[in-house]
Amino acid sequence: MKSTSIRRAIVPGIAALALVFSACGADNEGDGSTDGDGGGSSSLAGELNGGGASSQEAAQGAWIVGFQDENPDVTVNYDPVGSGGGRESFISGAFPFAGSDAYLTDDEGELTAATERCEGSAPIEIPNYISPIAIIYNVEGVDDLNLSPATLAGIFAGKITKWNAEEIAADNPDATLPDADINPVHRSDESGTTENFTDYLDAVAGDVWTEGALEVWPQQYGGEGAQGTSGVVSAVGSGTNAIGYADASQAGDLGVANIGVGEDFVAPTPEAAAKILEVSPRVEGRDANSIVFDLDHETQEAGTYPIVLTSYLIACPSYPAGDEGELAKAYLGYIVSEAGQEQGAAEAGSAPLSEELRTEVAGIVDAIQVG
Amino acid sequence: MATTEPTGVIDTETSTKRGDAVFAGLARSAGILIMVALAGVGIFLLVEGAPAISASGEQAYGKDNIVLFVWPLLYGTLLAALIAMIIATPLAVGVALVISHYAPRRVARSLGYLIDLLAAVPSVVYGLWGRAVLAPAILPVYQWLSETLGWLPFFEGPATTGRTILTASIVLAVMALPIITAICREVFAQTPRMHEEAALALGATRWEMIRMTVFPYARSGVISAVMLGLGRALGETMAVAMVLSVSGLVTINLVSGQNPSTIAANIALNFGNASGTKINVLIFSGLVLFVVSFAVNFLGRWIASRGQVKA
Amino acid sequence: MTDLQTPEAPQLPAATLSLTRPQLPRWAPLLAGVVSLGVGGLVALIAGWGLVPVAIVAWVVFFVGLPAWSAAVEGRRASIDRLVTTVAWTTFGLAMIPLVSLVYEVIGNGHSAISWAFFNNSMRGVLGEGGGIYHAILGTVIITACATVISVPIGVLAAIYLVEYGKKNRLARTITFLVDVMTGIPSIVAGLFAFALFTLIFGPGVRFGIGGAIALSVLMIPIVVRATEEMLKLVPDELREASYALGVPKWRTIVKVVLPTALGGIITGVTLAIARVAGETAPLLIIVGTTTSVNLNPFDGRMATLPVFIFSSVTTGGRYEAFNTERAWGAALVLVAIVMLLNLLARFIGAIFAPKTGR
Repeated sequence: MKSTSIRRAIVPGIAALALVFSACGADNEGDGSTDGDGGGSSSLAGELNGGGASSQEAAQGAWIVGFQDENPDVTVNYDPVGSGGGRESFISGAFPFAGSDAYLTDDEGELTAATERCEGSAPIEIPNYISPIAIIYNVEGVDDLNLSPATLAGIFAGKITKWNAEEIAADNPDATLPDADINPVHRSDESGTTENFTDYLDAVAGDVWTEGALEVWPQQYGGEGAQGTSGVVSAVGSGTNAIGYADASQAGDLGVANIGVGEDFVAPTPEAAAKILEVSPRVEGRDANSIVFDLDHETQEAGTYPIVLTSYLIACPSYPAGDEGELAKAYLGYIVSEAGQEQGAAEAGSAPLSEELRTEVAGIVDAIQVG
Repeated sequence: MATTEPTGVIDTETSTKRGDAVFAGLARSAGILIMVALAGVGIFLLVEGAPAISASGEQAYGKDNIVLFVWPLLYGTLLAALIAMIIATPLAVGVALVISHYAPRRVARSLGYLIDLLAAVPSVVYGLWGRAVLAPAILPVYQWLSETLGWLPFFEGPATTGRTILTASIVLAVMALPIITAICREVFAQTPRMHEEAALALGATRWEMIRMTVFPYARSGVISAVMLGLGRALGETMAVAMVLSVSGLVTINLVSGQNPSTIAANIALNFGNASGTKINVLIFSGLVLFVVSFAVNFLGRWIASRGQVKA
Repeated sequence: MTDLQTPEAPQLPAATLSLTRPQLPRWAPLLAGVVSLGVGGLVALIAGWGLVPVAIVAWVVFFVGLPAWSAAVEGRRASIDRLVTTVAWTTFGLAMIPLVSLVYEVIGNGHSAISWAFFNNSMRGVLGEGGGIYHAILGTVIITACATVISVPIGVLAAIYLVEYGKKNRLARTITFLVDVMTGIPSIVAGLFAFALFTLIFGPGVRFGIGGAIALSVLMIPIVVRATEEMLKLVPDELREASYALGVPKWRTIVKVVLPTALGGIITGVTLAIARVAGETAPLLIIVGTTTSVNLNPFDGRMATLPVFIFSSVTTGGRYEAFNTERAWGAALVLVAIVMLLNLLARFIGAIFAPKTGR
C-alpha cells in the first residue's frame, strides 16, 4: 500500500535526519554555554537582528565577529536589505536598530513614524561608518593620476572620452597619457555609493554634471555598468583603460586617483576621509541625539578627501526591558567604541571616526535607557 | 491517501465505493490544485504588482513610469533570448541529428547522456563559469570583431569587457541547448522508418534522406522545441545576473560594455535591496516576464500538440 | 567512425549502366582527420601557436579537405553528404566545449577549497580564511526535502488522476496542457510567487526556508507529474484488468498494482526533479535569503543554501575576495557533484527497475 511504503521510507528518513541534526552543529558554532570560556566575561545572551544599508555589510560583518568574540552567547545578525528596507523595518519594529546611508527626514513621514516607534522620543542617529569612495583606474603606463572636480565630472558624464584629452593632461603635466578611449564604469544597481558620488559631482561641477544626486546611475551618461562594489572593481581591473568609483577599502592593487581639493590633490586615505565630518556642518534643527551631516563637498580645506560615504546607525533612546534592548545597546556601544572602530578599519577598511566625534557618539549610546 | 480501513479482498460494497470515491477525489483535487497554483502565480503577482502601476521617479528606479522601467528590461530579455536561440538552434539540430541518425546506436545513448549532463549543471554554476572563465576568454574575440566588423551596428564596440549581452546569450544558448536537443531528438527518431528506408533505397545519400524525409516530418517539432528553449532562455536568471555588465541602455550593440539588462536578472540583483514600492515594481516586472514566457511556452506546446495530431 | 551506418552501396553489375561510382575507403575520414591534425601540428610548430588555433586549423583542413577529396572521387552528392556529416559532428563537438571547460574549471578551481573543515564549518564568525559550507549544505537538504515532501504526493496523485481517472476528459486535457506550460515557468517567477503569497500573509520583508520549498514545489510538481504520467501509461492494462477481475476495487488496484509496477520510473523521475531544483538559485535568493550560521528551522528566518552561497560569495567582493571566490568554487564543485550524483542515481534506479515496467 502506498501510504505504508511511504511511511516505511519516511520514518527512518526522519530518524536519520534528526540524528544528523542533533549530532553536530557546525564545528565552529559552539553551543554558547559550553564555549563560554572564549574570552568574554559578559552576561549577555540572546539574539539581535538588525539590518539596513548594504554599504555597511562588510563592516557589520567585522563588528559582529568582534562583538560575538567578546560575548560568545550572543548572536547578532545584520540583514543587508538596503537603507530604505532598514528604515522601514526599524519603524515597523522588526529591527531594534538599522543602518542607513541617509538620515531620517519627514519628506515621507519617516521621522515622525520613527519617533512614534520610539514611543515619542526622537530616534538616535549617529554616524558609525565612514568610507572614502576611491576613483579607481586601470590605464597602462599611468601610475599616478590627478583629477580636478570638473575633469572627473566630465569623464563620468561622457564628455571627456580620451585619456589624452587636454583636461586630463592639464591635471597631470608629467604623465604620459595614452591615446585611448576612456571606459567609465559605474554601479548598475542603486546604491548609496552612487548617490554620494553623484552628490559630490553635482556640488562641485554642477555645470558639467547636470543630473543631480541619484541613487541609480543616469544611463544617458553611458559607461559600463557593473553590479555592486565588487563588480565595479573587477570590471575596472579586467577592463582596459577603465575608470570607476568604489569603496576605497576594496580598491586592491588598482590605481587610485587623487582628487583636486583647493590647490592640492588628495588621496583617499582614512584620515583624509574622516576629516570631512569635521569640516562639514551638522544638519540644523535636529534632536540632540541626532548627529547627522550634510557633507561639504566643496570644501577647500587642505588634506580633506571630499568623496565620502557616510552611513548612520538608527536606534531608539530607550527600549522596554528585555534582552533586545540590552543587546542593542551593547552592540551599538561596541561599534562606536575604540575597539569597534579599529576592527572596522582593520577588517573592512572603513575610516575610523575622529576621537572627538567618537566620544560624543559613544556618550549618546551610553545614555540609551533599557527598561 | 488511504483513509478507509484496508479490509482485504472481500470488501463490503459501501467501503469499496467510499474508498474509490475518496481516492478519486484526492487525485482529482491534486490535479485541480495544480491549476489553482498556476492561477495563483498569476493572481498573487498581479495583486503585489498592481501598486507599481502608479510608481514613478525614485520608486520606479528613476524612471518616469512603470512602462519606461519595464521596456528596456523587456527589450534586453528578448534580445538575449533571441540571440541565444540563433546560436543554439543550429547546434541543437546538429547534435540531435548526430544522436538520432549519425552516431552508431551504442554510442548514441552515451552521447545523449552527455548532452543531458549539460542540462543538469545548476544555473549558478554556469554563471560562475561565464563570469570567471568565458568572459575573459572571449574578450579578444570581441576586440577583433569590433575592429574588423565595427561597421556593423552589432559589433560597434568599443569592446572593453567580456561581460556583454553576447556572452550572456552564449551562456543562455548552452543552457537551452539540451532542451531543444532533447525534443528534436524525439521528433527525429519518430520519422517513419519506411520513409527513411525508401529514400535510401532510391539511392539517396544520408544527408538527402534526412533532408527529404526527416526534416519535413519534424518541422513543427523543431519549431516547438525552439519555442520551449526560448521560454527557458527568457526566464533564466542567475547566469545572466552573474555574467552581464548592465547599464540599462536599449541598443543592438552586442559587444560593448553598455548592455540592456534582463527582467529576471534585474529582479535577482535588486530584490535584496528593495523596499516599499520598489518591491512592487520588481514584482510587476516579474509579472511581465511570467506573461511573456507563459505565452511563448503556450505557443510552443500548442504547435507541438498540433504537430502530433497531424502525425 | 562516422560511417558505420551508411548502407552498403548496391552491388549492381557495372557493365550495363554505370550506376555506381568509386567510393572512398571506410578509413577515409580517419585518414583525413590524421592529416588535418598533422597540418595543424605543423602550423603550430612553424608559427608557434597554442592549442586553440591548432584545433581550428586542423578543423578547417578537415572541413575542406574531406569533401574536396570526396568530390574528386565520389562526386558532388556524396561530397555534400560528407560535408554535412562533418558539420553535424562539429556541432556536437562545439556543444561539448562548455561542458568540458566547465567541469575542468570547477574541479580545477574548486578542489583546493575542499577539506574536512570545509564540510564541517559554517561561515559564522569567519571573515577571511577558513569557514565552510556546512550551513549551506544543511539548508539545501532541508529546503529540497520540504519541496519533495510537498511535490511528490501532489504530483503523483495528479498523474494518477490524469492517467487512471481523467482519461481524456476536458479537465484532464487542460491539466496536462497546463502542466506542460508550467514546466516553462521561470524559476524567479516562482520565487516572486512565494514572496507575494507570504507577504500577503505575514507582511513585508518575509524570509524563511519553507517559502523557498513552496517556490521550488511550483517548479518540481510539473516534472513529477510528467514523469509519473509517462510511467503509469507504461503499465499494461492487462495488469489492471486482472486485478479488477479478482474483485479488487479501483483505488486498491492503483495503489497495490499500478503504482508498485511503475515505482522505479517514478523514483527516477522524482530523483531527476530533486536534482533539478537542488541547484535552483533565483527563488531562494528572493524568499530565503542567506545567512552565515546554521539554521535548521525552515519556518523561521533566513537559511543558507549552496546555490545562494555561491552567488553571494562571488558578488560580495571586498578585502577577502580571494577567499570568497575560492569558497564559491569549492561550493560549486560540491553542488555539481551532488547534482551529477543524483542524475547518476536516477539512471541507476531506472536501469534496475526498467525490466519490471515491461515493454
